[in-house]
Amino acid sequence: MKIRNYWNLRDFGASMWEKSNRPQRIAIAIGSIFLVGLLPFAGASFLATPIAAYDAVLVYPVGVFVLMALGLNIVVGKSGMLDLGYVAFFAIGAYTMALMGTHTGLNTWEIMPFGIAFSMLAGVLLGLPTLRLRGDYLAIVTLGFGEIVRLIALNSSWTKGPNGIANIPMPPDIGPLKFKLEDQKVFFWVVVTMILLVIWMIRRLSIRRPGRAWESIRQDEDAAELMGVPTLKYKIWSFTLGAAVGGAAGVLYASKNLFIAPEMFTLNVSILILSCVVFGGIGNIWGVVVGATILGYLPDRIRFISDARLLVFGLVLVVVMNFRPDGLLPRKKREKAILKREVSV
Amino acid sequence: MFAVLIDQFWSLTIAGVALGFIYVLISLGYTMVYGVLRMINFANSEIFMWGTFGTVITNRDIFHYTQLSDPAKGWKLALVLISALLMSMFVAALTAVFVEFVAYRRLRAKGTNRLATLISAIGISIALQEVMRLLTASRPVGSPRVLEKIILTEVWGANIRLDTVITIIAAAIIYFLLERFIKLSRMGKAIRAVSQNEDAAKLMGVNLNRVITMTFLVGGLATGAAGFFYVTVFEYTKFNIGFTMGLAAFTAAVLGGIGNIRGAFLGGLSLGLLETYASAVLGTQWKAVTVFIVLVSVLLFKPNGLFGEAVQQTRA
Repeated sequence: MKIRNYWNLRDFGASMWEKSNRPQRIAIAIGSIFLVGLLPFAGASFLATPIAAYDAVLVYPVGVFVLMALGLNIVVGKSGMLDLGYVAFFAIGAYTMALMGTHTGLNTWEIMPFGIAFSMLAGVLLGLPTLRLRGDYLAIVTLGFGEIVRLIALNSSWTKGPNGIANIPMPPDIGPLKFKLEDQKVFFWVVVTMILLVIWMIRRLSIRRPGRAWESIRQDEDAAELMGVPTLKYKIWSFTLGAAVGGAAGVLYASKNLFIAPEMFTLNVSILILSCVVFGGIGNIWGVVVGATILGYLPDRIRFISDARLLVFGLVLVVVMNFRPDGLLPRKKREKAILKREVSV
Repeated sequence: MFAVLIDQFWSLTIAGVALGFIYVLISLGYTMVYGVLRMINFANSEIFMWGTFGTVITNRDIFHYTQLSDPAKGWKLALVLISALLMSMFVAALTAVFVEFVAYRRLRAKGTNRLATLISAIGISIALQEVMRLLTASRPVGSPRVLEKIILTEVWGANIRLDTVITIIAAAIIYFLLERFIKLSRMGKAIRAVSQNEDAAKLMGVNLNRVITMTFLVGGLATGAAGFFYVTVFEYTKFNIGFTMGLAAFTAAVLGGIGNIRGAFLGGLSLGLLETYASAVLGTQWKAVTVFIVLVSVLLFKPNGLFGEAVQQTRA
C-alpha cells in the first residue's frame, strides 16, 4: 500500500527530504534560503502589496510574525499550554530597545541580549506562579498579563505613556549592508537569519530531552509527572524560551519602526500570532512558518478591498479551521507511523 | 487616596452593583457555554456588542426617539424599555446561535482539537466586529435618551438614580429567571447533565446538538440583556466595546468559578464592586491592572475560583 498524495504537502516534503542524501539536503537548504533571501526583489511581481511598501511588509508583519509564531509554537504547539498574552514579551523587548536605545549609547545588537534577558525574566516571573494552572485558567492569566504590560506602558511616565517613544536608533551597518528606512531588504535578511536560528534551536531541542519532556506534557501532564518528568521545570523552560523569541522580535521591531506606542501591543497581536500558529498547523515548524506568512501577508495583499480586509481575514480563519482543523500543514500523526510499520511487515 | 473611597462609599457601591449586574449577565454567556463545551466562547463579547445595537435600533428606529426629543414617561416608557430589552435579547440570542452554527457545529461533529475551535471562534468574532464597524463607519453610536435619569432618593449621601435602580432590579430578575430555568426546566436539566458528563447524557437520550444550541441561545439572551442595560446606563455604544466588557465579564466568570451559574453571579458582583472601588482609589487607568492582580492571586490560592464548587476537575 503506497500513499501517493501530492496534495498532502507535508508528507510530500518530508519524503523528498528523507529520500535525499546529505549533499542533496545541504543543496536544498541553501537553495531555499537563497530563494527566500531573494524575496525582497520580487516586489514588481504579483506579490506586490497595493498600498504598503512591499519590502516593509516582508519585515513587518510577515517576518516578525513568523519569528513570533515560532516562539509561541514552543509554548502552545510543543508543550500544549495556551498562552494568550504573548504580546507582553514582544512589548518588553520593544520597550527595552526603545528605552535603552534612547537613553544609552548602545546599539541594537548590544541591546538585543538585554531585551531577550528581560523578556525571559518576565517569563520566569509569570511562569513560576501561573504554570501550575491549567488550560483556560492559564489562558486568562496570560491574557491578563499581556494587558497589564500594555497598561503599564500606557500609564507610566517613564514610558512616555500613550505618546510612545520616538527616535529609536536604527541598527548600525553590518559591513556593506546598510539599514535604511526606505529600503528594508537588510532588515528582511536579519529577520530571516533570526528565524533560521530559532528553527535550528527548536529542531535541536525537539529531539533531545526537553523536546521529549514537552511532548509528554502536551499529551498527558499527569502521566508525565508520574513518569518522573519534572513538568513544572520544563513548562517554565518552554515558556521562557518562547518569551526570549518574542523579546528578540520586539527589539528588532522597535529598531525597525523607530517609534513605538502602547497601542501597538494590544491583545489583537497575541490573538493574531496564535491564529498564525493554529492556522498553519500547530506544532509543525513549517506549518507555522507558512501560516504566519499567509496571515501576515494576506491583509496587506488584499488592501484593494481596503475596509473589508479584516472581515475577510476573520472569515478565512473560520473557513480554514472548519475544513482543515489541524491547520494547513499539520504535524505528523502517530497513526501514520503505525500504518507505515504495518506496511513494512 | 482612600478619602475618596470613604467619602463616596455608598454611591460607589451602588454604581459598582449596577456594573456588577451587567457583568453577571455577560459572564452567564461565558459560563454556560463553558459548562457545556469546556471552551471559552470567544465571540461572546461580540454577541454583547450586537445586543447593545438591538436597544439603539429600538429606541432610534422603531420608536423614533432622537437626541432632542423628550424622554418617555409612564406606560410609554415601560413599553419602550421592555421592547428594547426584548429586542436586544433577541438580536444577541440570534447572533449566539449563528456563532454556534458557523464556528462550532462542524468542528464539533469532527471531534477535533480545542484550539481549532478556539481560532474558529476568534475568526467569527473578528468578522462580527468588522461587520458592525463597516455598518457604523467606525463611529460611536449614541442612543437617544429614553429614560430620564431622575434622582429618586438620597441614601447616606448617595444619589440613587432611576437607571441604576432599573438595571439592578431588572437584571436581578432576569438572572433569577435564568437560574430557575437551568434548575427546574427539562432543557435546563439536560444542559446540566451535558455539563456534568457529556457521554452519559448522550447515552440517556439527550439530544446533544439541541442542548448546545439551546445553551448558546440562553447565554445569548443573558448577554443581550446586559447589552440593553449597558446602553440604558451609558447611552452609547460602539463596534469595539465588546472587548473590554467581555474581558471583564470573563474575568468575573473565572473569579466565581467558571461553568458555575451562581459563581457567575457572585463573581460578576464582586468584580463590579472591586473595579469601581479600585478606580476611585487608584484612578480609572489602573482599574484593569488591579482586577487582574486580584484575579491572579485568586487563581493561585483557589484555582477553581472564589466560589467554584470543586465538582468538575478543571480539564486541561
